[in-house]
Amino acid sequence: MKLNHNEYIPFLSEIKEVIKHTDIEYTFRMSYIGNVKPGQFFEVSIPKYGEAPISVSGIGNDTVDLTIRRVGKVTEEVFEKYAGDKLFLRGPYGNGFDVENYKGKELVIIAGGTGLSPVKGIVDYFSQNASEAKSTTLIAGFKSPNDILFTEDFKSWEKNMNVILTVDSAEENSKYNVGLVTQYIPELKFENISEAVAVVVGPPAMMRFSTKGLLDVGFEEKNIWISQERKMCCGIGKCGHCKVDDTYICLDGPVFNYTKGKDLID
Amino acid sequence: MGYSLNIDNMNTVIKKWSESYLIYAPKCFEGGGTFSDTDVVRYGQIENVEEIVFNKKSDFSFKEVLLPISETLFYFTEDSVKEADERKKKAIIFLRSCDLHSVRRLDEIYLNNGFEDYYYKRLRENVKFILLGCKSSFENCFCVDMQTNKVDSYHASIDYDGESFLIDNKCSDFENDFENSFNKKQDVIPSYVTENHVKVNIPDNITLDIIKSKMWDEYDSRCISCGRCNFVCPTCTCFTMQDIFYTDNGKAGERRRVWASCMVDGYTDVAGGGSYRKNNGQRMRFKVLHKVYDYKKRNGYHMCVGCGRCDDICPQYISYSNCINKLENAMKEVNEIES
Repeated sequence: MKLNHNEYIPFLSEIKEVIKHTDIEYTFRMSYIGNVKPGQFFEVSIPKYGEAPISVSGIGNDTVDLTIRRVGKVTEEVFEKYAGDKLFLRGPYGNGFDVENYKGKELVIIAGGTGLSPVKGIVDYFSQNASEAKSTTLIAGFKSPNDILFTEDFKSWEKNMNVILTVDSAEENSKYNVGLVTQYIPELKFENISEAVAVVVGPPAMMRFSTKGLLDVGFEEKNIWISQERKMCCGIGKCGHCKVDDTYICLDGPVFNYTKGKDLID
Repeated sequence: MGYSLNIDNMNTVIKKWSESYLIYAPKCFEGGGTFSDTDVVRYGQIENVEEIVFNKKSDFSFKEVLLPISETLFYFTEDSVKEADERKKKAIIFLRSCDLHSVRRLDEIYLNNGFEDYYYKRLRENVKFILLGCKSSFENCFCVDMQTNKVDSYHASIDYDGESFLIDNKCSDFENDFENSFNKKQDVIPSYVTENHVKVNIPDNITLDIIKSKMWDEYDSRCISCGRCNFVCPTCTCFTMQDIFYTDNGKAGERRRVWASCMVDGYTDVAGGGSYRKNNGQRMRFKVLHKVYDYKKRNGYHMCVGCGRCDDICPQYISYSNCINKLENAMKEVNEIES
């Protein structure tokens, strides 16, 4: 992976389309040609405001989708941009998910909130190639109906896989399931749980309880993958902010098999 | 090849070097210390050999020559960027054995760990190292136990015996300079420390269970998370990106990287308010284990070089070497809980 060029210099990428999910979460479809995997990330920057690591939430022929939540200095400024404007990018960085690990298996994807972004590429893949997994289940949880992302995508996913869309709380008579993602885990049925595979991405507490839920129903540790989130200033193993134990989340992750990921204690 | 030079001849060599090199060495900045009327020894450019401080440990390491405290990466206007120019001259750094060992640690992170760092590499390629011999240990040093008291990877070494400068030269680029100026030729072995007052014992049975030890709790209140230990450390390499813009033209500015400290608030903050390792004890644990445990797991040798500067600088009199010596009991403590 040695590069002789200056990895810190970003390139300009045009915003092709802005897809609004909620008031604070938009997907920016960026022009990009090159290899990229679900779960990898780009450092998105606007001069003067800084850089922020953002997961790839969709991969097109000449685009990548970056689903951005308006929570910080950089993302605040990104939300001032429109289709036709440009952002600086560098990347993709990190290992990303390898869909080969899930082919021919009973697959469960559990995502909490914006944690759906890094796994969306896997969901898209097995939605478009449903026969390549033995079965696919998506359990996606959001705080409230107003926080749900990718509503259009859910419509097509529901045709091709078992989708459980749930919210932490909603007004009465809501059409959504109400409850945490973890409560649906014991209800899942598997032909052979020792071979079943799972991907879990979301806030730290949600990941902790979801992986515990999977282990409790009989999943093997080696069949679970998680993706971690940390502060990253460089994305290339230099700045040190994302290090946990001997692991650099940006280089060795952000995707980890649970056998490794369970030891990443801050 | 070994040489002995008197002051005038040594200065002739240094003058010759300064034509093509910037020369960095530990020098005394009078009145620059933490307290009034105290001095500080830190790295700066020198023009003659008398400026080099031979008889004290430098309060700060040489690392700012290779990793500037604030380094401009590129300049930007609205939609274009221009890479920052590199230093025009090559550099010579005078440093002690522990610090020369730390160069390997800097190289590990900046040249090997995943990607090669463009800015570090272009400085590093143009640097030559001159070893300052250590006749005896300074306060808080523990280089012998860290096996960094001796080193071979210098271009030349220099010892001062009170009258002459003793040189062991290994660099062909320097050969003519010494051949033209020496007083006499003699075999020179750079002096090195054989015993430190401070001893450390790093147990080899450390596991991540050590996180659960109570030993870290005392640092919650003792440590004030000022980060000085990181900034004086010759092996700490972390940085944070920083964009600044010019007040006369808000559309132009530059992106820099500036030194960062894992002990200081904000180091792990993610957008939206999340952060990790909120207690100072947890930060102390993160730092100490990086220096003597997890870096070795990844790279095969310890990160810490035993210079003891962290102990010299701590305003709370926290001793890092003392902390290392608590690790053995901490492992016993957590193993007992487990069993």
